[in-house]
Amino acid sequence: MKRRTFLQGTLAAGVAGLAVSAGLLTPRMVMAEGGGAFDAKTLDDALKAMALTPEESKDITIKAPEIAENGAVVPVEITTTIADAKEISILVENNPTPLAATFILGEGATAGASTRIKMGKTSNVVALVKAGDKAYSAKQEVKVTIGGCGG
Amino acid sequence: MSSIKLKAKVEGDTVEVKALMTHPMETGQRKDKKTGELVPAHWIKEIIVTAGDKTVMTANWGASVSKNPYLAFSYKGKAGDKIKLSWTDSKGEKDAAEVDAA
Repeated sequence: MKRRTFLQGTLAAGVAGLAVSAGLLTPRMVMAEGGGAFDAKTLDDALKAMALTPEESKDITIKAPEIAENGAVVPVEITTTIADAKEISILVENNPTPLAATFILGEGATAGASTRIKMGKTSNVVALVKAGDKAYSAKQEVKVTIGGCGG
Repeated sequence: MSSIKLKAKVEGDTVEVKALMTHPMETGQRKDKKTGELVPAHWIKEIIVTAGDKTVMTANWGASVSKNPYLAFSYKGKAGDKIKLSWTDSKGEKDAAEVDAA
């Protein structure tokens, strides 16, 4: 388990390193964005960049519309009853860069957060909760009738 | 003029913080309809909310958070807590707002 996480970490660092040398990313961007998880182009890559292998959990609630008429503004609320939840992330599987937001819960913060996100098309919205050294996930599909990333 | 609307409402022993910020949240993938050129990326990357000297919430955002972003969460607190929200965007611009929990 440990070794697996380590390998994924190095792999992500390697990919980010390649991107830097290819001039795609400035080193400052990579530093600032936690290994480039926010730049990852697929859900799997984002998880790799965050060095997480989440297991599915029923203790995470995603409050999002089943059908979003306007993909530019999709309200999403994540709450969880998982003990010691430290971080909550929202990912949109089919967005060009899936990782939308990470909320780091501070002192006394209730395990939940809500915001509004953009969705290019119909996609699963994935909620990721980090508690201790484990990660948990849940997902819900949101159908988008008008995309939020068009010109 | 601040671009942040910040509210902190006390409910029992928790404080509900709601914030609405004015920001374009450009992804860098959208094209300008008139010129056909890409609109440069410009989004809020980090938000820090403190209550007194405690950090109650740190949010790291990507560009897929909606334009004029909204953030809401709760924490264990009381009336009179000094809430401060500050954000930094991808161009290094900053803004902040303060409110007392009531």
